[in-house]
Amino acid sequence: MTDHHSEIDSVTGRATTGHEWDGIKELNTPLPRWWVICFYLTIVWAIAYWVVYPAWPLISSNTTGLFGYSSRADVAVELANLEKIRGDKMAALATASLADIEKDPALLALARAKGKTVFGDNCAPCHGSGAAGAKGFPNLNDDDWLWGGTLDQIMQTIQFGARSGHAKTHEGQMLAFGKDGVLKPDEIVTVANYVRSLSGLPTRNGYDAAKGEKIFADNCVACHGDGGKGNQELGAPNLTDKIWLYGSDEAVLIETITNGRAGVMPAWEGRLDPATIKAMAVYVHSLGGGK
Amino acid sequence: MNKAVNPKDLTPVDDNAPLYAARKKVYPQSVSGTFRRIKWGLMAFCLGVYYFLPFVRWNRGLGAPSQAVLIDLPNSRFYFFFIELWPQEVYYFTGLLIVAAVALFLMNSVGGRIWCGYLCPQTVWTDLFYAVERFVEGDRRERMRKDKQAGSLTLKRVSEIAAKHTIWLMIAWWTGGAWVLYFSDAPTLVKDLLTFQAPMVAYAWIGILTATTYLLAGYMREQVCTYMCPWPRIQAALTDEWALNVTYRYDRGEKRTSVKKAAELRALGEQVGDCVDCYQCVAVCPTGIDIRNGPQLECIQCGLCIDACDNVMSKIGRPKRLIGYDNDINIHRRQEGKAPIYRFVRARTVVYSAIIAAVGGIMIYTLATRSLLDVNVLHDRNPLAVKLSDGSIRNAYTVRLLNKSGYDRVIAIDADGPVNPTIHVVGVDSVTPDRPMIVIPRDSTSELRLLVTAPADNNPEKSIPVRFHVTDIGLGVVASTTDNFVAP
Ligand code: SF4
Ligand code: SF4
Repeated sequence: MTDHHSEIDSVTGRATTGHEWDGIKELNTPLPRWWVICFYLTIVWAIAYWVVYPAWPLISSNTTGLFGYSSRADVAVELANLEKIRGDKMAALATASLADIEKDPALLALARAKGKTVFGDNCAPCHGSGAAGAKGFPNLNDDDWLWGGTLDQIMQTIQFGARSGHAKTHEGQMLAFGKDGVLKPDEIVTVANYVRSLSGLPTRNGYDAAKGEKIFADNCVACHGDGGKGNQELGAPNLTDKIWLYGSDEAVLIETITNGRAGVMPAWEGRLDPATIKAMAVYVHSLGGGK
Repeated sequence: MNKAVNPKDLTPVDDNAPLYAARKKVYPQSVSGTFRRIKWGLMAFCLGVYYFLPFVRWNRGLGAPSQAVLIDLPNSRFYFFFIELWPQEVYYFTGLLIVAAVALFLMNSVGGRIWCGYLCPQTVWTDLFYAVERFVEGDRRERMRKDKQAGSLTLKRVSEIAAKHTIWLMIAWWTGGAWVLYFSDAPTLVKDLLTFQAPMVAYAWIGILTATTYLLAGYMREQVCTYMCPWPRIQAALTDEWALNVTYRYDRGEKRTSVKKAAELRALGEQVGDCVDCYQCVAVCPTGIDIRNGPQLECIQCGLCIDACDNVMSKIGRPKRLIGYDNDINIHRRQEGKAPIYRFVRARTVVYSAIIAAVGGIMIYTLATRSLLDVNVLHDRNPLAVKLSDGSIRNAYTVRLLNKSGYDRVIAIDADGPVNPTIHVVGVDSVTPDRPMIVIPRDSTSELRLLVTAPADNNPEKSIPVRFHVTDIGLGVVASTTDNFVAP
């Protein structure tokens, strides 16, 4: 340090620090004492914080601090509190009937919110985040239901699934008429065209409608019913409407009739608690597809 | 203004002086005069409003809070007399902040830091605390003497100190107490506070505000203005040569000398000023500065030095306002023998006033035309549209209805867009086919899931706009909003 401190500013009569930028010199004005004390206090505080809270990084972990505080433990406590707060409402969900839940705006809102998150976690991989479905996975927003779209039917399907292996699961499948040798290839083409005609889709040139109707009556009516209106007991789709799970092209229909179909919906009973399943049923029903 | 100092006249600053400086305690003397009276009046008004406003009642009908000014945090409502604001209307506060900021600029361009001198809470409470101090311990001289004799504590002195701090703490406590009353029904909360039934946060806030009031007004005082507050720096950049600042008119003050000597010198034809160097202006200054050194960062423009000097001037028979609200321009004009000029209509005051008028006007307009029934609609994104088994197309919307009035409303929902649409609210059985009706309770929002279906024979080819009308069946009030009906 040189003796630059002795330089005095002629206007204020104060010493300068000797620092100069572009001819502007810095006055050596002492800080107020309380200010300096506060500054030191913050340093003390910082060091104390460092010791009291987990802070020092070690090679594969960190110091735990004096009181072993952990934000993870905090989260666990908060989650437990949340469960406690929600306990009453979830209990109300568990006891109310499905229809009553839908009639009560507060319960409906709760069930929809809860159902939406659970749906996102468990169902979205197949049905899509907005339940719009995909080829082979039903769209839950529309009004076409393989196993029925009332609140209770939806609930049952969620609980036990379809072809899920659960004791109470929905059973029934589309047989493989071609692979099993029940129908010959030309018969399959004919009946595929007949099925297309049921929902007003155009048919191949020169196809024999009477023959198609006969094949259908012999092989398909048992499940799909007279006129192909479907049967929700068996999960047999309505073939007269505009909604096709796998698509309505002739080629797709031929494949379906040849090899059969047997999509699986898992059973959620046991994996999700009853109140949650209820919430999900209400959510799915409220998507607009319910009937 | 500052004259250049000859370095030889200065006491050299000690190179080994500590890094920090102890505060020089300020002992402002009591003073009487015009500005002191204005300050008393404003203090009484501001504190009166602050302390008693929570107790003003305002009848809003059954079930609604009957407190004129209430910040209802649990229910997210703000009540101000006839105004009730919802969370989505916080832009009114943005407007209020803009008006407040520009009003501060306007004040500054007209009269310098008059906000600081007369209205700033720090000034008002510090002034009040000084009044208490003066009342208990005596005026400037006595307080200085008593502080010097700090070693010899007599019983009288101890009781004085105790009395001062007790009164200070009571004021501070009442300040914190009034604060929490703005957040809950005041009479109930007072009762709960007294019977220790009030929520913990109420006590905590009273504690915090008691502590800050006591510390800031009792101890920090002018240091808050000098070191902590950003406004002195900002205002220095915003002010201009026309702003009226508390100014020592050195054109008639120099050179300073005693009354007797001045008379002698005048007789000899020498130039002497009116200032008699009595230091009254310094003694009364709450920030402890000498205004005769020119405009300074510390000066809060309280005008007390004007009163002090005016009293001296009338005693020695010279014209008043040797210190007064003035600007630099006038000092130079007077020196040249010209009349002082003041100009309040200037570009910046006009612009500031215009901004205040514009923002204030918009706020009043929106407030006056504010609807008490609102509807917001959000289209489902995934899926955008659903084809139903009969070939009709359905779109789903989340509809949020806001009933800001103090009564329940029966609402009917219509959709204009697709031809002959079917409208269904999830969870509601429509009494009137295709025109769902629901009840929204007063002062609340309802969120509904609305399904709009276009029949197969009227399928729109492409997306079309759809307009939702929400009609209050009883009053015929309609709120509308537009969205899209999407074709797959
Ligand atoms: S100099 Fe005068 S106006 Fe400024 S703070 Fe002091 S007393 Fe108030
Ligand atoms: S009060 Fe007036 S006369 Fe006395 S010192 Fe201050 S400016 Fe000069």
